[in-house]
Amino acid sequence: MGLIAKPEHAGAESVASVSYSPESQEGWVTTRLDMLVNWGRAGSLWPMPFGTACCAIEFMASAASKFDLARFGMERMSYSPRQSDVLICAGRVPFKLAPVIRRIYQQMLQPKWVISMGACASTGGMFDNYAVVQGIDTIIPVDVYVPGCPPRPEGLIYGIMMLQQQIKGERMSDTALRDELMPDPKSQLYIPPERIDELSEPFGNSVNQTRSAP
Amino acid sequence: MNPTVDALRARFGGAIMRAEVVWSETTVYVEAARIAEICAWLESDPSQSYEYLSDVTAVEYRDGVRPIEVVWHVRSLKHRRFLRLKAEIPKDGSTPLRVPSVHGVWKGADWLERECYDMFGIVFEGHPDLRRILMWEQYKEGFPLRKDFPLRGRFSRSEQLKQALAANPEARYSMEELSISDAFEDLPADMRQRLTNEKVGE
Repeated sequence: MGLIAKPEHAGAESVASVSYSPESQEGWVTTRLDMLVNWGRAGSLWPMPFGTACCAIEFMASAASKFDLARFGMERMSYSPRQSDVLICAGRVPFKLAPVIRRIYQQMLQPKWVISMGACASTGGMFDNYAVVQGIDTIIPVDVYVPGCPPRPEGLIYGIMMLQQQIKGERMSDTALRDELMPDPKSQLYIPPERIDELSEPFGNSVNQTRSAP
Repeated sequence: MNPTVDALRARFGGAIMRAEVVWSETTVYVEAARIAEICAWLESDPSQSYEYLSDVTAVEYRDGVRPIEVVWHVRSLKHRRFLRLKAEIPKDGSTPLRVPSVHGVWKGADWLERECYDMFGIVFEGHPDLRRILMWEQYKEGFPLRKDFPLRGRFSRSEQLKQALAANPEARYSMEELSISDAFEDLPADMRQRLTNEKVGE
């Protein structure tokens, strides 16, 4: 599917997908078990607030009394990644912080999700410069992007609910779901890094800012 | 005009060039080579007692002709004065981009001069530990606040990312700060030696 599966999962089934053939359709027990596990996971997502900048204030506002995050089971913020489920990256990430956020993501235990909150975490935001990572999805895999500068608490909560919907759609028969897969160079969907660089050429006002001063 | 200007001219004579007052703040242009002794006198002399160094920074003008100015902002709390010292370094390559460090006078100059070095490439001679502070230490693209440095940086985004991820942010931490011992192998050899030999608390 454009991704290289781990050897133990690259069996007779297609890679990273659920087979819908009648023989392998899940039975009543597995679907109920899926529902139970996903309900448990979605209803108690312990966030790791990786708040770097202004979006962290809005995250705190979402967690406070008016837009309560406790009703989603998210009131227990863990600052230790080993005890958290979802990494909420709120704020711009400078290049100096890039190895740190990657290390923190690697320290989280599966199952783990990432919400990229705000414009800066999603794409670099207004900071198209030498110091800011242009989107944390260049460093870690992201599940939900919440746009805004900063997103209103309702926006963040909508993103969290979207993540909950995604979690409820997971199936245990999908064995490769939690694997972190590498892009497959032989796939049709593969874009080589040089081409990605071409595609990420600047647009708008930053077109004038790639050359040195006269 | 800050009364310090007259005192400086009386004491240092030729090293003090022009002085101007802009928005009631006095700026004095001094010779770069003598900045350390000028600052030492400003800090120690009781009639001046500039005991607070606010900032060390630099200015590069867009026209490409005016020299780079290294700026020191000093304040006297006792006499309630503010003084800005500027040293001009021409950009034509005749003078190297080096000025004496005032770390011996004010310890606060430590990080201020590191920031000035990181952003402009001005080397402060006599600084105990001049390395990059805002960008990571192995940053190779240049000096970001120079006028010939493009806003988005010199390398492509994927190259910048690759270099940023290869930087080791924990290289200079002590063992007490490193709560994960699996970073131990990444430390430089002499640091590993020191940590294993010393008695480590907790």
